[in-house]
Amino acid sequence: MVELKAQTPFGELLPLHIGDMTVAARDLGQLTVLGVFDRAGLSKALEAAHGVALPEPLQSTAEGDAQCLWFGREEALLVGPTPDEALAKHAALVDVSDGWAVAELQGPGAEDVLARLAPVDLRDSVFEPGDILRSQLRDMPASITRTETGFLLLVYRSMAATLVQELRRAMEAVASRR
Amino acid sequence: MRIECPICGSRDRREFYYRGDAIALARPAPDAGDDVWDAYLHLRDNPAGETRDLWQHEGGCGAWLVVTRDTVTHAVHAVELASDVKRAMA
Ligand SMILES: [Zn+2]
Repeated sequence: MVELKAQTPFGELLPLHIGDMTVAARDLGQLTVLGVFDRAGLSKALEAAHGVALPEPLQSTAEGDAQCLWFGREEALLVGPTPDEALAKHAALVDVSDGWAVAELQGPGAEDVLARLAPVDLRDSVFEPGDILRSQLRDMPASITRTETGFLLLVYRSMAATLVQELRRAMEAVASRR
Repeated sequence: MRIECPICGSRDRREFYYRGDAIALARPAPDAGDDVWDAYLHLRDNPAGETRDLWQHEGGCGAWLVVTRDTVTHAVHAVELASDVKRAMA
């Protein structure tokens, strides 16, 4: 029997350390898009099954290993657990675990790196831990969340290598100016 | 140019995809006749002033929007969810 080694979508490209900043791949468990039919019903079912409410736009909720990220208009992303069957009454459930690449950017200068890549204001005065938005990193559609320790970045899996390339370039530029 | 998405807030123009005149929300009945359909598909005003266009917040929440703006001053006067506009027309 061949021993297969599990890899993240970033393979050997991460972790990346530049200056005092780090980007590392994150395995957060199953990723399920919730296409919302019924907000109130879904929020109740989510709380009962996974302990997290359906987040308002631009917000996320978390409880233990389960997180729920706002993911767009009438869309949320359940991160961590396998979704309870009861959710299917209130939302279309799609397992996208292999569709997205997940990385976390940390360290002093992380805000300056993202300022070079995204057309949105991510400074901590306006974008606090738990805040989330959908925007673009260069030309890549992305989900950006501020965590207690940095920024959680999600891009399509096919763009994982491009994300690393863009982050590397921006991190080198920021590090050289510090 | 910035557009105030009703869901995401003020965002840079590059996050938005431009579709065209919001007339697309007023699709005629199938039997409305050739003249009406010709106007709906092909005839557009080109005003120096206020226009109402469909935009999509493609790089953000994904919502379709009706943006009322001025082609002379570039001022954006109003941004509404297209679904709200369509519902109000019914
Ligand atoms: Zn939006």
